[in-house]
Amino acid sequence: MADIIDMPKLSDTMTVGTLVKWNVKEGDTLAFGDILCEVETDKATMEVQNTIPGVLLKIYAPGGAQLPVGSPICAIGKKGEAAPEPGAKAAPAAKAEAPAPAKAAKAAAVPSIPESTGVSCAPQALPAVSGDRVAASPYAKRMAEKAGVNLGALRGTGPGGRVVGNDVIAAASAPAAPTGPVNVAVAAPADGKGIQPDADVPVSNMRQTIARRLLESKVTVPHFYLETEVDAAPLLALRETLNKRLAEAAGKDAKDALKLSVNDFILKASAEALRRVPAVNASWAGTSIRTHGAVHLAFGVALEDGLVTPVVRDAQAKSLRDVALEAKALIAKARAKKLTPAEMSGSTYTVTNLGMYGVTGFFGIINVPNAAILSVGATVAKPVVDAQGRIMVGQRMVIGLSGDHRVVDGAAGAQFLQALRQMLEEPALMML
Amino acid sequence: MPVLSYREAIRAALREELARDENVVVMGEEVAQFNGAYKVTEGLLKEFGPRRVVDTPISEAGFIGVGIGASMLGIRPVMELMFWSFSYVAFDQIVNNAGNIRYMSGGLINCPIVIRGPANGGTNVGATHSHTPEAILASHPGIKVVCPATPYDAKGLMKAAIRDNDPVYVMENTILYNDKGEVPDEDYIVPLGSADVKRVGADLTIVAHGRAVLTSLKAAEILEKEHGVSVEVVDLRSIRPLDEATVLASVRKTHRVLLVEENKPFCGVDAQLAYLIQAKAFDDLDAPIGRVSSIDAPQIYCKPLEDIQIPNPARVVEGALKVLA
Repeated sequence: MADIIDMPKLSDTMTVGTLVKWNVKEGDTLAFGDILCEVETDKATMEVQNTIPGVLLKIYAPGGAQLPVGSPICAIGKKGEAAPEPGAKAAPAAKAEAPAPAKAAKAAAVPSIPESTGVSCAPQALPAVSGDRVAASPYAKRMAEKAGVNLGALRGTGPGGRVVGNDVIAAASAPAAPTGPVNVAVAAPADGKGIQPDADVPVSNMRQTIARRLLESKVTVPHFYLETEVDAAPLLALRETLNKRLAEAAGKDAKDALKLSVNDFILKASAEALRRVPAVNASWAGTSIRTHGAVHLAFGVALEDGLVTPVVRDAQAKSLRDVALEAKALIAKARAKKLTPAEMSGSTYTVTNLGMYGVTGFFGIINVPNAAILSVGATVAKPVVDAQGRIMVGQRMVIGLSGDHRVVDGAAGAQFLQALRQMLEEPALMML
Repeated sequence: MPVLSYREAIRAALREELARDENVVVMGEEVAQFNGAYKVTEGLLKEFGPRRVVDTPISEAGFIGVGIGASMLGIRPVMELMFWSFSYVAFDQIVNNAGNIRYMSGGLINCPIVIRGPANGGTNVGATHSHTPEAILASHPGIKVVCPATPYDAKGLMKAAIRDNDPVYVMENTILYNDKGEVPDEDYIVPLGSADVKRVGADLTIVAHGRAVLTSLKAAEILEKEHGVSVEVVDLRSIRPLDEATVLASVRKTHRVLLVEENKPFCGVDAQLAYLIQAKAFDDLDAPIGRVSSIDAPQIYCKPLEDIQIPNPARVVEGALKVLA
């Protein structure tokens, strides 16, 4: 009896997948582990591996189709067998959606010869794995759970295709499959010279996620906005000194030395300010407000086709240097599209920074379920009046806070900004 | 530090304990006038006299029984078996009486006896003289079993065995008697139930005891040089009590295990270890536990075949690569 393959659930938040393209065609003979197709989820584009050796009888969904998780995408069975109707599958018999179950037919074909047991009977051929199980070592399973890696999607390098620890480590640090080509259906330039036709660009899953989450935030979270101007001169001076010393300490490897960004200071200062004003490090939970014990800092990283928010975990317990190193690693992963879902979830507060584009001040939309988002503008040289009443050249930076008024009131938000401003204006406090 | 042979290290332990405690006596076939079948007890008769170093008739069941009776009355006899293979004729004494008397007397009678002697194959002495009964004996509650691999451990374990209040059976190895190693002059013991990491590594744990430790260390060298594999070698030293913590800590570090022993595989020491590791470190295993033991046949008399029957470095390397696959 033919098996129907469903659209797999490839991430926690995936509800719909775009079948970017098929790598196989009807009539192909498929082995365990062959790549069936590429599916774009809300987070990444991933390859779907075959788990049922056989012949591809029927493709139900063409390349480019968007399908809810669990919808049939193809059928695999014996050569010459009729493809079942996509709806023919009895609901209770449905396979677990994810991880895709791995049948061990291939492994079973290679009998393992047991060690001498002292019993004088002929060695029996034992299948490495029985039934619909992913062949993975116990250690690999534990690692996968920790790293949020889907074992069923891995190709094991151990005997009989067993997934071992190194496979999980490789998967957790490997780039996600490159984002599939987006169908940009631009109308062919006709004779209408000089007229630029409109174009409908299909929305990527990342863009759809951004749209859904920000709309949800903006319509369900009562935002309020606070803004303050920070004297950035001490911070810039400290940053220059530290970077100079870091470069000196690195000696001939100076080009590889850690270089602290303004944003690193803002992340570190935020963690400390949240510790001082814990009311802001909280979430609206319907009938209660949850204050978070740890500070998990998300920060926005702009990508060509969207935006991701990797998370520096337990930032309250990390030094400036650790925060900076981790942020840099996360940015590099984000740009290489290597971030795992686990690295993009669980934040308690978010920082967004458009200072590098010269934006002087703005207010971000809250990253639900955070209670606040900090928006950082450019540092600008402008005249300021000093304590003696003289007009001086100051280095000023505008920071804006968007707060969830259900969780944080204006006064608490103001206290937080005040604490943050103090940290930024007296950056030596970050050393404490 | 003085360098002693394995044989001299055991002799030093006996001499020091004979001198330290007047209740310690040495008994066995030819231990006194002939200086021991393998010269372990050489010179002890001269030094301590015939009341402390006693030749016995060729009757293992008889003289082991004498030792057990003496130990129940407060003597600490160190009994020599010319081969542990001969323990089988004294099995009732060794297992039934020595192993159970403390329990059956409700803790009133201790049996602080030590039985020692070589227990190994590999010397072309045939099936009846090549037994390695550590697994058989260690399967009995009430009995302690140690298998030293180095001169240092041989002396330290022997002294710990003599001072222990329960029967302790020390399995030596004729092939190791001339092996040399550093052995401190001063009084020290190696506590029963403490394994030793003989080589630190990261990719694979080999657990072994007795001479298999030395075979495993040679294999670890080859694995490092020819295969770039970093191997940790854990020497059990003591079969019972068993140092679970050291074994499990190493497994949790490397995630892969190869068990090596010169026993026959069926119901061997490593069968017990494999159970222990899968039960207590299941989630740390990255591959099935591997085993290299003697080939499952009566000890082969043909020397070239016996050399293959007992684990050698090549077989250990092969077994390791299987676990590392």
